Amino acid sequence: MPDFLLFALLGGLGVATVAGPLGSFVVWRRMAYFGDTLAHSALLGIAIGFLLDINLNLAVIFCCVGLALVLVTLQRQRMVATDTLLGIMAHSALSLGLVAVALLEIRVDLMSYLFGDLLAVSQLDLFWIYGGGVGVLVLLKLLWQPLLAITINEELAHVEGVNVPITRLILMLLIAIVIAIAMKIVGLLLITSLLIIPAASARKFASTPEQMAIGAAIVGCLSVMGGLALSWHFDTPAGPSVVVAALGIFITLYALPTKQQQ
Amino acid sequence: MKHQHEPLIKLDKVNLHFGRNHVLQDITTELHKGSITTLIGPNGAGKTTLVRVILGLIKPSSGSIWQEDDLRIGYMPQKLQIDQTFPLTVERFLKTAQTANTETMLSTLADVGAETLFKQSIHNLSGGEMQRILLARALLRNPHLLVLDEPVQGVDINGQLELYNLISRIRDERGCGVLMISHDLHLVMASTDHVICINHHVCCSGHPEHVTNDPSFTELFGIKGSEQLAVYSHHHNHRHDEHGDVIPDPACDHSHNCNHDQGSPHA
Repeated sequence: MPDFLLFALLGGLGVATVAGPLGSFVVWRRMAYFGDTLAHSALLGIAIGFLLDINLNLAVIFCCVGLALVLVTLQRQRMVATDTLLGIMAHSALSLGLVAVALLEIRVDLMSYLFGDLLAVSQLDLFWIYGGGVGVLVLLKLLWQPLLAITINEELAHVEGVNVPITRLILMLLIAIVIAIAMKIVGLLLITSLLIIPAASARKFASTPEQMAIGAAIVGCLSVMGGLALSWHFDTPAGPSVVVAALGIFITLYALPTKQQQ
Repeated sequence: MKHQHEPLIKLDKVNLHFGRNHVLQDITTELHKGSITTLIGPNGAGKTTLVRVILGLIKPSSGSIWQEDDLRIGYMPQKLQIDQTFPLTVERFLKTAQTANTETMLSTLADVGAETLFKQSIHNLSGGEMQRILLARALLRNPHLLVLDEPVQGVDINGQLELYNLISRIRDERGCGVLMISHDLHLVMASTDHVICINHHVCCSGHPEHVTNDPSFTELFGIKGSEQLAVYSHHHNHRHDEHGDVIPDPACDHSHNCNHDQGSPHA
């Protein structure tokens, strides 16, 4: 197996493993559009990273977290409906990013940021993916109970002593980190699919949140392998191939007869 | 049975404004250990809001709330809508209370008469079953105070009586304080120690057993066919405006103050 393919596989599996449990929260808390909006701001993060000459991954994380905070603040004002707000922010952030990249005359391969460049994953990328990934998983493990509690009911969680705003903020931070590291794999336009398609697939056979989170990680990993195989044999773009593989698994699982409706 | 009047929570002149709405007006009350307090009042009177203030979910605009150190509250929300995308069995849901092993969970489920539901998906429960599960979960925290927001909502009449009996039994066995919101005073009557009637302010409060024999009380609370409190409160308000004091009952050691003269008129 050539090095680039091994790196691609390792990078993809690392991201899919983290995206599974976190994607489950995105599905449970109906944050798909929210995740999408954060992902759209990633390009702006890249531009800022170039401008300030800081690490691009960090710049993307800061940009996503910043946007998340702005979103939460604006949401509280209730000037416009949340979905309208998200729509405005998503496309404005992407356009701002594209304009900034053009104005700063940054020489970037736009396609690789938009749709991912899985086959160009480097050793340094792997370090980021696994470093960030392990960090996210450790935090998820530590905060699993309070995160589930606020997902079931925020008021009940508050009464039982969970710090709801902090927990919610950490969840956003985790999503921002995953977006930053997943961008390399599927690109900012497709990140949300890597979060929600495996989780939605795993829902069918899960009866506890833990089963769904682990199932989503497994489906994600299978998608990465399937997508890479597809890309290798038919010379298709790797990022979209992974998403197509995930869609295939999703459709197959839902076409299977249900033994018990959970 | 513990009936000592150890206060768990004290509210002193609690006021709450939502914009220009004076939702809670000078609420002063206490909740005691081993005592069941029922909050009644017409729709929109601020019952749920008051409970949310007591739970610390809303900060009052003024006034103070004292609570016993390390007070553990078991809260049963009015409704718990769990998204279909969230896979959850009764067992896993009870585990989120984080206090219990399987044995305690099963015995608590047995206490609320829902032991057969242990392995079920939470999405397949009926309204009454869900209420029992929520109650069991609140109990698993071994609370000093049980707060129930309309615990019998969506439960048929027989089930309602059963649930109220269950709540009294829980109080007897565990000696915890109970605060609940109810719409239907007829049913809750037998199983409550203290009634607080609010319409933004505390209209009246006292022991139901002391006042049930009072003719004016019967007239106010026991109107035949008036299952809904809205009817009652209409009459109630009327009386208020004309006579001031609501329930003149010398036998009752709790004073039934009507705050109309100090408060603003009913909205």
